Amino acid sequence: MPVIKVDKLSKIFGKNAKQATKLLDQGLSKEEILKKTGNTVGVNRASFEVEEGEIFVIMGLSGSGKSTLVRLINRLIEPTEGSVMIDGEDLAKMNKQDLRKVRREKLSMVFQKFALFPHRTILQNAEFGLEVQGIDKSEREKRAKESLEMVGLGEYINQYPSQLSGGMQQRVGLARALANDPEVLLMDEAFSALDPLIRKEMQDELLELQESMKKTILFITHDLDEALRIGDRIALMKDGKIVQIGTPEEILVNPANDYVEKFVEDVDRSKVLEAQHIMKRPETVDIEKHGPRAALERMRKEGLSSIYVVDRKRKLYGYVTADDVSAAAKQDKKDLKDILHTDVPKADMNTTMHEIFDMIHDSPVPIAVVEEDKLKGIIVRGAVIAALAGSEVSINGDHS
Amino acid sequence: MEIIPKLPVAEWIDNATDWTTDTFEFLFDFIKQDFGDFIEFFAEDLLMAIPIWLFIAVIGVLAFFVSGKRFGLVAFSVIGLWFISNQGLWEELMNTFTLVIFASLISVIIGVPFGIWMAKSKTVQTILTPILDFMQTMPAFVYLIPAVAFFSIGMVPGVFASVIFATPPTVRFTNLGIRQVSKELIEASDSFGTTGTQKLFKVQLPMAKTTIMAGINQTVMLSLSMVVIASMIGAKGLGQTVITGLQRADVGTGFVAGLGIVILAIIIDRFTQNLNTQKGQ
Ligand SMILES: Nc1ncnc2c1ncn2[C@@H]1O[C@H](COP(=O)(O)OP(=O)(O)O)[C@@H](O)[C@H]1O
Ligand SMILES: [Mg+2]
Repeated sequence: MPVIKVDKLSKIFGKNAKQATKLLDQGLSKEEILKKTGNTVGVNRASFEVEEGEIFVIMGLSGSGKSTLVRLINRLIEPTEGSVMIDGEDLAKMNKQDLRKVRREKLSMVFQKFALFPHRTILQNAEFGLEVQGIDKSEREKRAKESLEMVGLGEYINQYPSQLSGGMQQRVGLARALANDPEVLLMDEAFSALDPLIRKEMQDELLELQESMKKTILFITHDLDEALRIGDRIALMKDGKIVQIGTPEEILVNPANDYVEKFVEDVDRSKVLEAQHIMKRPETVDIEKHGPRAALERMRKEGLSSIYVVDRKRKLYGYVTADDVSAAAKQDKKDLKDILHTDVPKADMNTTMHEIFDMIHDSPVPIAVVEEDKLKGIIVRGAVIAALAGSEVSINGDHS
Repeated sequence: MEIIPKLPVAEWIDNATDWTTDTFEFLFDFIKQDFGDFIEFFAEDLLMAIPIWLFIAVIGVLAFFVSGKRFGLVAFSVIGLWFISNQGLWEELMNTFTLVIFASLISVIIGVPFGIWMAKSKTVQTILTPILDFMQTMPAFVYLIPAVAFFSIGMVPGVFASVIFATPPTVRFTNLGIRQVSKELIEASDSFGTTGTQKLFKVQLPMAKTTIMAGINQTVMLSLSMVVIASMIGAKGLGQTVITGLQRADVGTGFVAGLGIVILAIIIDRFTQNLNTQKGQ
């Protein structure tokens, strides 16, 4: 069962919101509805599911409805239509008391501008959620301290928020949210107010924490790089609508429409694409079957100056060059082992383009993509250049 | 113009006042009697029982701590109070002090809850705003009239008139302070599942504290400004001395008593202001 299940969720701001939903059903755009009725469409029939332990990113430009959507999920904003299920319970149908219970126990939120309480110390901030639940002082202090230690702020507990830097303040925000040990973290542009270096640090830290805590995280951002770095799946929003949901790769490689493509265009592909996306099927010779003559014949036919050597199970042994092979053939040698080069440039399926680019620069042979010692594919220089230039990318390349 | 005869507004108000006086007579009598006794006890028996030198010393020490361990306020308080006692106005000072304390206390007790109510409901704000405007713009003398009707003369009607006159700033500033708390902090509070009461006491009031204290400071100052006016209906204190000076065309006496009020005003003002800023950071 998904932890969060959102179904045809809409929010329309302004009077006569119900009436405006009819126009949504008729397929009118956000702009048309604003002109006709004066109502602003915040979220337009969004549907998605978030599985347990997943980092689900919602991305879109400013004003696309991200903040509204995340606030519909803990009902800080009342939906106009549609439903939000948390662990199978419909949030919209809950009375105030049950809603408070869900907010206290299951959902915690981290805010863009931190939203720390300035009159409370760091420790008191981190304790807030537990205090609200009526947990007694020693217990909540203990848990708040643990949570602060987790984000590396164990030594600052008696300071006030204004005494800390932005990055540290947001760590407190995170610690405050985690102290409750919620199932779901809602993070609304949590890192957007931080400068780029700190931001990257926080992203890494979140991923690291996630390794051990395995929370379900709904992460909002307007930054595609951030989305790609931390998202298991990404939903793209435009004018309140979700226009595509997919893994980072799917979104990059198969943008659903022009809007997504535009978004994707200026992302630094070298950080995102991996070896598996640009490798192609390798020509090989079999170390057990083929001798120098067979290898030479194969290389001549394909126009190669070197070729990889594997066994029947495709275990990689090394490569041989055309020069060595023809010399060996002249001497009537039967075995490739004597002329085998084993200093193979290797990458695995998930090596990023960025690293491959550095490797391929001074490699005399194509890069071997290896998984469990088996040769899965090769990467030639041309494919790297093409991918970086943003032209077509062939998955499991069956052409060159 | 002449088609509509003069509306008997004054009569209506008279009738309303009469009706109120009659209907709530038991209550007014009770307040007049018991509360009046208590005020008298506080001023004459309690405060006057403290030796003057001790009173001044205690205020001096408090001033030292309240002002963040500086000596300016200490010197001013000690010299100012000594001067008042030197002028033979100590008992008047204690009476004035009592009036201000009670009027301010009651104003705050009434004002803060109304301010909270006003902040929580737009309707209440819409209704209360013009009433507060009215209360503050109406000449303060006017409040003496119903005060006398309800409580005859003395300290009690003085406190009553002061409360009406001095409450609005506390209400307004409490409302303002709570409404000023940023939307994000309210969302943060809600997102952790606070009840309305938890939100009020853990977030809104602590964050509005500085603003509320500024309102209370104004309330105290306004009730002090009522001292002279209230003495016209028999409230004892420095105001009475001023009135006496006026009736006898005795500039000196009136001026000295006025100076006493100014000294008290400055001391109270600095005390309430420092209490406010001190804990802020
Ligand atoms: N309280 C509100 N009242 C009216 N319109 C709103 C309100 N909040 C957001 N909106 C509108 O809804 C749309 C989505 O806003 P928001 O969710 O804040 O976008 P994002 O977080 O993606 O920048 C915007 O057009 C915004 O102007
Ligand atoms: Mg936003």
